[in-house]
Amino acid sequence: MDFGFTIAAYAVAGVLFILSLGGLSGQESAKRAVWYGIAGMAIAVVATLVGPGSGLWLMSLILIAGGAAVGYQLATKVQMTQMPELVAIMHSLVGLAAVFVGLNAHIEIGNVAAVFGETGLPFPQPQGPLSTEAYALLGTLSNFAELIGKKTAVEIGILRVELVLGVWIGAVTFTGSVVAYGKLSGASSMLPFKIDTAAKQLPGGHMLNAAAAAGSALLLVLYLTGAGGWALVLLAILGLFIGYHLIMGIGGADMPVVVSMLNSYSGWAAAAIGFSLGNDLLIVVGALVGSSGAILSYIMCKAMNRSFVSVILGGFGGAAKGDQLAIEGEQIAIDADGVASALNEADSVVIVPGYGMAVAQAQQSVSELTRKLRAQGKTVRFAIHPVAGRLPGHMNVLLAEAKVPYDIVLEMDEINEDFPSTDVVIVIGSNDIVNPAAQDDPNSPIAGMPVLEVWKAKQVFVSKRGQGTGYSGIENPLFFKENTRMFYGDAKKSLDELLPKIG
Amino acid sequence: MKIGAPKEIEAGEARVAMTPDSALQLQKLGYDCVIETGAGQAAGFTDAAYEAAGVEVVKTAAALWKDADIVAKVRPPTTAEAKKFREGQLVISFFYPGQNEKLMETAKAAGTNIIAMDMVPRISRAQKMDALSSMANIAGYRAVIEAGNNFGRFFTGQVTAAGKVPPAKVLVVGAGVAGLAAIGTATSLGAITYAFDVRPEVAEQIESMGAEFVFLEFSADELPDGAATGGYAPPQSPEFQAKQLAKFREIAPEMDIVITTALIPGRPAPKLWTKDMVEAMKPGSVIIDLAAERGGNCELTKADERIVTDNGVVIIGYTDFPSKMAAQSSTLYSTNIRHMMTDLTPGKDGTVVHNMEDDVIRGATAVFAGAITFPPPPPKVAAIAVQKREKPKELTPEEKRAAEVAAFKAQTKNQITLLAVGGALLLGVGLIAPASFMQHFIVFVLSVFIGFQVIWNVAHSLHTPLMAVTNAISSIIILGALMQVGSSSVLITVLAALGIFMASVNIFGGFLVTRRMLAMFQKS
Repeated sequence: MDFGFTIAAYAVAGVLFILSLGGLSGQESAKRAVWYGIAGMAIAVVATLVGPGSGLWLMSLILIAGGAAVGYQLATKVQMTQMPELVAIMHSLVGLAAVFVGLNAHIEIGNVAAVFGETGLPFPQPQGPLSTEAYALLGTLSNFAELIGKKTAVEIGILRVELVLGVWIGAVTFTGSVVAYGKLSGASSMLPFKIDTAAKQLPGGHMLNAAAAAGSALLLVLYLTGAGGWALVLLAILGLFIGYHLIMGIGGADMPVVVSMLNSYSGWAAAAIGFSLGNDLLIVVGALVGSSGAILSYIMCKAMNRSFVSVILGGFGGAAKGDQLAIEGEQIAIDADGVASALNEADSVVIVPGYGMAVAQAQQSVSELTRKLRAQGKTVRFAIHPVAGRLPGHMNVLLAEAKVPYDIVLEMDEINEDFPSTDVVIVIGSNDIVNPAAQDDPNSPIAGMPVLEVWKAKQVFVSKRGQGTGYSGIENPLFFKENTRMFYGDAKKSLDELLPKIG
Repeated sequence: MKIGAPKEIEAGEARVAMTPDSALQLQKLGYDCVIETGAGQAAGFTDAAYEAAGVEVVKTAAALWKDADIVAKVRPPTTAEAKKFREGQLVISFFYPGQNEKLMETAKAAGTNIIAMDMVPRISRAQKMDALSSMANIAGYRAVIEAGNNFGRFFTGQVTAAGKVPPAKVLVVGAGVAGLAAIGTATSLGAITYAFDVRPEVAEQIESMGAEFVFLEFSADELPDGAATGGYAPPQSPEFQAKQLAKFREIAPEMDIVITTALIPGRPAPKLWTKDMVEAMKPGSVIIDLAAERGGNCELTKADERIVTDNGVVIIGYTDFPSKMAAQSSTLYSTNIRHMMTDLTPGKDGTVVHNMEDDVIRGATAVFAGAITFPPPPPKVAAIAVQKREKPKELTPEEKRAAEVAAFKAQTKNQITLLAVGGALLLGVGLIAPASFMQHFIVFVLSVFIGFQVIWNVAHSLHTPLMAVTNAISSIIILGALMQVGSSSVLITVLAALGIFMASVNIFGGFLVTRRMLAMFQKS
């Protein structure tokens, strides 16, 4: 029995999801877009509950309520700076759920086969219309089993491929997300074990990944030719290993790409499961999420001038191609008074925030500084590099949290031309994204990466904890330029020291 | 190792190469410090102050030269001092190796190493030890103060009950460090300041200090390129000099104070202010000639003397301006020395590593390991950035059009290739897969396509909310679990129940977080 009502509801939900993603093209429409998404999800869940998922609906409701309580706690307690970690850990849940659903589909095939075997009816179904006996038997089964029972041999084969894909991608997503979470949260990780934030691979490196992938393919063939459940479980274990090893091999700096890639994986897993369950909405949404995650990763890779393939395969971060240019000059330090007097005299100020601002939780102080400077009639703007922070758009979220108006927060392409006419640039906790070596030094590891051209401004202040290098571990000639002054110290403390001196 | 500073022997020299402050810093580098008794007296640093800073005070210069492995001085060593040179000793001072060949020979014979502070290359890394600049800065300031002392009027213009006072007009010739310092001082005292330099590129610096640049009308190709010679102006073509002198002659009668600072390395100072210009000046005017040591920029200058011409113009040719402000100049000079020692002591362990590969150290070294190493090879880094850069070529409309067409063609080619490959793949799948699968497959392909189209338009700043939303939406997997939970198998029910729970955590968590983030975006 099909549910015409459910299909109709799914169509509505699908449209709402598409509107929800499309609405994110602007800040104002985005607020509406979330409600579209919520409505779509609600319609989808309710339609499934009254339709094909009506078995044990009370327990389902209780479980959903329980999940809601946990989700609410997580979402309201989390600090804005921990947003990347939260998103990463939530992906792991989707991955694990996909693994479970896939396993279930496998078990159900076995159950249905057993039921048919008992009554002596053929399973899978032969080509042509169902026999009346088989039809009667199907009526006694649960909705999902009924769906499987109707399938022919070829369809069962395809179903198996789909559920293997679902389980395997789900497994990769699960461990990958847990590792990504560990890398992003570093010391504050809630995991019982510590994960090194540096790129690290077991001996064998890529060969190990390739071997695991080849093993998975072999197991897939075995499973399809009737090897049974153990092949599926082994496949899941190999998937878990690949997820772990792949993400371990990627450095913390590339985590934004990884998180969005995992997002994409979880979408593909959902789509694969949707095929095996014959559920169009799962397919639609899975494909939407999968393709959006893939594009997002691609956009970010382009912004960092990195090869998309090498990042997602974890093989990123090769050695420099030749000698890097020697850096002339020295880093000259400055204190809060010096920065304050320069700011008081400046007409136009550009602030370049980076991960250091997020670490020091300095966004409130930055906002206060902005407010004070704007009150004096100065032009204050923010320049956001596409890969600033550890998540795409990370800085925008933090600044928004601190109530910095978003119309003065500009993208790299919008503001790069304005640096020569800017009096003062304050770089807060960013390094690689303002590194002139990307343009000047063809041998630099980041050569060719688009950067914010802050050094063209009249004066640059760099708020930085110490003389260390950035995430990519390379020296930054900006710090040695004649118009650059180093404002050492924790970003929040430095800014709080600076604030009373403004005005 | 021990580093020592003797008392300067030169008459009238009040500076000292080590102050109690710099001694403290040197001790941090691992050196022991010694000083000759009374060495800092003239600059205002008592023996007691040195002792308090942990410096050993020795009675005689002879003892100091014997004791110290490194001797820091201000003036070049005298013949008497040179006799005390010993093997392996390092002497750091102003040395003027170009004019002191005999002294270099002595050092070479004695096996002493010489670092000449006046030879420190003028590159940005070496600015911290550029003693010439720090002394020139003082000289420039002091020149204005000295001029004020000899000038019978205010610098600043005033309108008072007792009458109107016109502001003084100051001309600074040569906008090096000393010149710029003089401009700054004169301007801040209220004078109207004019400045001249043969390098047109310093006009901006002059104007930034508040003076007016005196322009000569010249076409661009006649002008010299200052960047090639380490920031010094090269000697000029006769036409240029003639024009320059004509300009000075024209403005001389208006000027109250003239400060000349023009020097060319290794040559006598150019004569820029001739006798007839002095005669054209008003009585009571003052000329301060900072180039007096090298013969003076003014024809009438006498080194170390103050003279008054027949028409009442005061010409001052003192050569010891930095020494007149000994406390200040000693502080700066000793800091320059200290920075030099920092570069010479990479290990901070009190041992000198004389690295001749280092541009700065190589440039400043005049005698090393029994050989004269002067003159040094040109530094690897140019002192001033190359002046002009090629502007990116403007594309003509036709070229732009051609580029656009080419890009469009490439795009079309790309898209067609992708479509062909994708279509072929789809057809391949369709050949083997049953129709029931293809029904879902078409939904899948279209959804992927919609996803691609929609996401390109998402604003960059909203990528994090996008990720949170897609994360929440991807928990649509809950539908699968919901469909399975009613199964007759217990195992399936348990796994599905777990799936439902986890997915619902994600739904609520994801949407709530997104709401939280978006609520914070607001317009100003």
